[in-house]
Amino acid sequence: MLFLSDFLAMIGRVALHFLSYLGQLAALGKELLIAVLSGVWRLRLVAQQIVAIGYGSQGVVIVTGAFTGAVFTFQTYAKFKDFGVETTVGAVVSVALCRELGPVLAGLMVAGRVGAAMAADIGTMKVTEQVDALRVMGVHPVDYLVLPRFLAMMLSMPFLVAESISFGLAASYAVSSLGYQMPTAWYLTHMIDHTNIEDLSIGMIKGFVFGMLITLISCHQGLAAENGAVGVGAGTTRAVVISSLALLVVNFFLSILLNYVFPIGTA
Amino acid sequence: MPAEDNPSLNAPEDDVFIELRDVKKSFGTQEVLRGINLKLRHGETLCIIGPSGEGKTVMMKHVIGLIKPDEGDIFVDGMRVNALKERQMAPIRKKVSMLFQGAALFDNLTVEENVAFPLIERGLRDKKEIRRRVMEALQAVDLDQHAYKYPTNLSGGMKKRTGIARAIIDRSECILYDEPNSGLDPIGSDIIDQMILRMQKRFGVTSIIVTHDMRSIFKIATRVAMLYRGELRFLGTPAELQVANDEIVQNFINGRSDVTC
Repeated sequence: MLFLSDFLAMIGRVALHFLSYLGQLAALGKELLIAVLSGVWRLRLVAQQIVAIGYGSQGVVIVTGAFTGAVFTFQTYAKFKDFGVETTVGAVVSVALCRELGPVLAGLMVAGRVGAAMAADIGTMKVTEQVDALRVMGVHPVDYLVLPRFLAMMLSMPFLVAESISFGLAASYAVSSLGYQMPTAWYLTHMIDHTNIEDLSIGMIKGFVFGMLITLISCHQGLAAENGAVGVGAGTTRAVVISSLALLVVNFFLSILLNYVFPIGTA
Repeated sequence: MPAEDNPSLNAPEDDVFIELRDVKKSFGTQEVLRGINLKLRHGETLCIIGPSGEGKTVMMKHVIGLIKPDEGDIFVDGMRVNALKERQMAPIRKKVSMLFQGAALFDNLTVEENVAFPLIERGLRDKKEIRRRVMEALQAVDLDQHAYKYPTNLSGGMKKRTGIARAIIDRSECILYDEPNSGLDPIGSDIIDQMILRMQKRFGVTSIIVTHDMRSIFKIATRVAMLYRGELRFLGTPAELQVANDEIVQNFINGRSDVTC
């Protein structure tokens, strides 16, 4: 009986902690909305963040996309050949990259690279009182630290997702044509026939949503950092872990939702 | 002298710039402030002393709204600070600026950019005017030759002086200093004391200074408050402090280690 009450108490504590966390994210989201609507966007900071987030993340996103496209093609080709449908590899890889692999893998890479940097930068500013210094000078930390990162992420993520998909498809084509000597016309015809604007739209929408999630979660961890360098390190780790998990969970539900809007196949 | 008996608390209401009224603050189970009452008039320089970890900085941060009290009220120029939300604090923070203990300079900005920051954020766009005022502030702290440096390339004292330049550039009515002399050599410490005095005499700036430097106190303070175990143990002039008939106060100002026993 005691064990059961302890167990229920533990579940209650976890649930309360989770709800409290969601509340904090919602509060940050509200402040961010106020900052967006204020119209004071500090375009120089936005530009700096675009360079750091968008330009700086291209390498990891391109490599991830390219090798995912290549290995996906490599694995599916062999199996598809057993069924005699190896010419459809381009279509399958394309749809998978546009709808799932492109945005999810780009999102995970950005969460690791940019999310960690956001949490560490803001967290360091928090524990060295630089965030308080902003407040003292009448500058809201969300306006100065979160908004430029948010806007830069919103602009960058769709492009990063598009790059991931493009290089994934290019690598897939290279493996098909150079590795398996598949005629270009077969590969491209099937790919173009079965990939439409809706598939690309899904990728872009997901990139946009993932960017929002990563920014909100990582900046929250930075602003909540305390206890010096140890606290910053812990916040940075949490930023990457929570962003990555949230991204995967949200992706599932977003896929279901978007499938109603942009149905795939005839099922 | 207990704070509530001190006649200097009964300052005329119209001259009171900052007032703390029965301010209480706890962190977890630790009671840091147990009902602080304090009034500060325009142009006064109040030094806050007391053993480390007794809530001096916490008390000061209440004045500028960085920390909200659990109970009680804080007034700055008639405005109830604790009733304001973060986005409503602008009028308070235009009147009051602060030097942080570690200076809290922005790592990604040069000395010049750090000092110009408050001006730019307040909407000043004239680059010549910004540069003129920045150099004026940097000259006041003898750092005009280091304007191009980043904070990581500055010594502790230079960082503090940059922080002071940033705090004074906006010509606030009140400046809060969190241990401005800590970690400085005697000359560096004196430069900062002279600057605080100059700000007080030339511009009538009201100052609250958290410090452990007893020499500074007798040079710059118009009043001294000693915080001890969450309460104001002493509030009076530096002269009154020297003759205070309180063993704990005397032990503290004379550096005798049984103060916290």
